[in-house]
Amino acid sequence: MEKKIDINAIYKPSEDVVARDVQGEFIIIPIASGVADMEDELFSLNDSGKAIWDKLDGKRSLKQVVEKLALEFDAPKEELEKDVFGILKELLKRRMLVEG
Amino acid sequence: MKMSTNAYVVTKEINKASLWKAKSLLLDSLDMELTERCNNNCIHCCINLPLDDMNAKNKELSSEEIKNILTEAEALGCLSVRFTGGEPLLREDFTELYLFARRLGLKVLIFTNATLITPQLVDLFVHIAPLEKIEITVYGMKKSSYEAVTRTSGSFEAAWRGINLLLEKKVPFVVKAALLPPNKKEMNEFEQWAAAIPWMNKPPSYAMFFNLRCHREEEKNGHIRSLRLSAEESLKVLTHRKDKYTKGMKEFCAKFTHPSGKKLFSCGSGLGSGCVDAYGDFQPCMMLKHPDCLYNLKTGSLKDALENFFQKIREKKANNPEYLKRCANCFLKGLCEQCPAKSWIEHGTLDTPVEYLCEVAHVQARFLGLIGENEKAWETKDWKKRINNFINN
Repeated sequence: MEKKIDINAIYKPSEDVVARDVQGEFIIIPIASGVADMEDELFSLNDSGKAIWDKLDGKRSLKQVVEKLALEFDAPKEELEKDVFGILKELLKRRMLVEG
Repeated sequence: MKMSTNAYVVTKEINKASLWKAKSLLLDSLDMELTERCNNNCIHCCINLPLDDMNAKNKELSSEEIKNILTEAEALGCLSVRFTGGEPLLREDFTELYLFARRLGLKVLIFTNATLITPQLVDLFVHIAPLEKIEITVYGMKKSSYEAVTRTSGSFEAAWRGINLLLEKKVPFVVKAALLPPNKKEMNEFEQWAAAIPWMNKPPSYAMFFNLRCHREEEKNGHIRSLRLSAEESLKVLTHRKDKYTKGMKEFCAKFTHPSGKKLFSCGSGLGSGCVDAYGDFQPCMMLKHPDCLYNLKTGSLKDALENFFQKIREKKANNPEYLKRCANCFLKGLCEQCPAKSWIEHGTLDTPVEYLCEVAHVQARFLGLIGENEKAWETKDWKKRINNFINN
């Protein structure tokens, strides 16, 4: 069963992945096996995905991440929250984030 | 600025990652010869030094020096490093270097003879995958043939032990072979066995045009020359899957077969890649150890070598009249393995035709119907028409 995400929870990148910015392409590379669905794949985050990833620093709660995003992006908080939860699910499914 | 409504995470197959190719990274892959020493003593090897060559060992890059090179490679956008040798697993710090590279976010391709693969190493590969299939060269299917090549007692059992450990723990690897007098009758047996390896998605490749010693040790070169398949024998191997070979050659000829003129470097050497030798010299490709082509990384950087030094090397033009008469005008350039590195190891210059490679290319061209029985490809004026006829029939 999918775990419900708490808006007050804190997340950070897993030590089992490395994030790299290669000529403007933001990629996440598995280090430990089993992190990705398939070993021979790398993962690329789009701009909004990267903006969210950068704020998942093990200090901010998801609520604070949304507030920070609201200062940078011209979008309603509800929409931003939906985006944050969207990427969280994707990244947690791939074990790229851990609770901070 | 609005948030995107697109998917946040896109998966891409690493091996087809066109994003790097498209953006022409300064460095997308790096070869590192971790040592020239090897625990085997193969009859055909172009580089191996004895396992206990302390002079060589003492000159090898230290762990820290290798880590510094890897760190710079990562900063330049490099995605993949190949650890080769000699036998790279001989390095006592192999695990440390492997982990360092992987933690930088580099994929690691390992070229090995498999004899030094231990349960501990396999566990490491299981938990922290190289993200590239390990590549293993197999020297024979029987102890007698294998060890006639490696000249090392116990190497057959050691290699099979390593291979079985990888199979047991499902660590992806592929195999390739060196076709040599002691093992060439075992090709079918090797292919049948290789086909059952779960990660072999195509038939194995073969080394048969053996490179001479890359440091130009003439006393060993005569023996290596004697081990090479003749041009006719090599054609038999290349065409043993005739349809596949012909189809591949049509695709290849459509793109790459044309005279290259005076320009010596028509390959991709030094463009987005290069090879660091065991002692810290950076060279455009693994075989090119001509002193004029070596950049000392102990006093410089990968970036400087790639941006400046290699660019100058790539501008080199041929001067040798024989090369200018033949290779510069030969439309088989793409088919032929002639290159500055091969010229260097065979003749000590960058621009001398290598007769053996010329012969191999001409035998293939005759088989494909590109030239007649006694024709020389460099004298062929209507080569474009011939290529068109070949690729369209």
